[in-house]
Amino acid sequence: MPEQLDTDELGAQIIRVIARSQRIPVESIKLDSTFEELKIDSLDGINIVFELEKEFDIEIPDEGVQNLRSVRETVEGVRQLIEAKHQTVRPGVA
Amino acid sequence: MHRVAVTGVGLVCALGNRAKECWDRISRGECGIRPLQDPGNPPYKFSYGAEAQTFRPLDYLTEKDLLMLERFAQMAVVAAREAVEQSGIDFKAELADDSAVITGSSVGGQFSEEEGYLRLYKEKVTRVSPLTIPRTMANAGASRISLDFGIHGPAYTVSTACSSSNHAIGQAFWMVRSGQVKAAIAGGSEAVFAEGLLRAWEAMRVVSPEVCRPFSAGRRGLSLGEGAGMLVLENWEYAKARGAAIIGEIAGCGMSSDAHHITQPCVEGPAKAMAWALKDANLRPEQIGYINAHGTGTQANDVTETQAIQATFGRHAESLMVSSSKSMHGHTLGAAGAIEAIVTIFALQNGIIPPTANFLGPDAACNLDVVPNEPRAATVEAALSNTFAFGGLNATLVFKRV
Repeated sequence: MPEQLDTDELGAQIIRVIARSQRIPVESIKLDSTFEELKIDSLDGINIVFELEKEFDIEIPDEGVQNLRSVRETVEGVRQLIEAKHQTVRPGVA
Repeated sequence: MHRVAVTGVGLVCALGNRAKECWDRISRGECGIRPLQDPGNPPYKFSYGAEAQTFRPLDYLTEKDLLMLERFAQMAVVAAREAVEQSGIDFKAELADDSAVITGSSVGGQFSEEEGYLRLYKEKVTRVSPLTIPRTMANAGASRISLDFGIHGPAYTVSTACSSSNHAIGQAFWMVRSGQVKAAIAGGSEAVFAEGLLRAWEAMRVVSPEVCRPFSAGRRGLSLGEGAGMLVLENWEYAKARGAAIIGEIAGCGMSSDAHHITQPCVEGPAKAMAWALKDANLRPEQIGYINAHGTGTQANDVTETQAIQATFGRHAESLMVSSSKSMHGHTLGAAGAIEAIVTIFALQNGIIPPTANFLGPDAACNLDVVPNEPRAATVEAALSNTFAFGGLNATLVFKRV
């Protein structure tokens, strides 16, 4: 596991999760797409969060979910949670 | 009091995905009960079912729609669309606030629930899909139908096991008749082929190992089926004024409770439902020519239903035609009343009485004219359709030829 997460790769992975969970083409989703543009409503949002939790084995807090409005915000949030998890699991490395 | 017209019907079941297609098969006595596509592992004690094998939801709905709609809700929406299309009614205009949606379903969305339990109890994963609730809720179909057509009036789902649909249609009928609403979409849907549910039916020991044979000698139980039936009910004068083609009339409804036993049927409850339905329709028993029976094919139902019909109709029971179309589309539980209401309407309009298929020979305890195996040409003025549920809840609808 690299010390620094590759944001591009993480972004691509998250876009794939969103596309899969929303049954929309990967190409239709850009890093700068807002959920509004993608017609992702609040219920879709919690479904995406569920899939992200499974994919990355993380726990996304309820307060965090309400603030997600774009793909970029989602990538950033997930990156922070993954990094926090690694710090907890391997305290010596950080 | 207003007369209540039926101006559209929609049907999905083992015999097809359009009402006319299903009726053509039913009117010929074709049986849609087939070997199960998934016989179970280890196999279920029954190997036949009336699965809607040709129903492909993506022919009607998008991938994203399917995220939110389980099979029972998908079929409800598809049947409702067909019914509305046939009726030509536009709910978006002045009818939006003056219409109802009432559906029936016995168990709602069973697949998502079982999927969730699998994760929880087998895989020991505590996170279940956040769509479990909207997919599972028994009103998922009713809600989507009201969304699709922009209906803002009363919308809800009735769950009374095998009487769900007749209770739903009966309630909608009374609403339209009383003037509470001008129009309604009413019916029901059920998708029973989920493993947990099939095992539960297996445990009740009422499912036939082969095809069901209602009222027949040698019958061994019911055949489970899946599907949906939806009807557009309309204030008669309103339908006439907009030039709608009226394809049937609902004239009455009777509901009763056995208050006797949770699963064992009795004669008095069903007899009361039929008698009250006749009274509600202001018809004499002699005016009824056909009964689409509950006719499940279990030992107990068919005998008590026979006795209930004889108790209600007296000597006239001898000249009544009584058939069970479940012998062709299976017992669709919460959808049964709706599918059978549509069969009854077609029978009246076309002058063809659908047979009781798979009939081997008479059972002295079911001594009615059950129209065995062959359809019969007959002009009938009015007909009943019976549903009797586990829990002892009965509902009978009365239809008139138009």
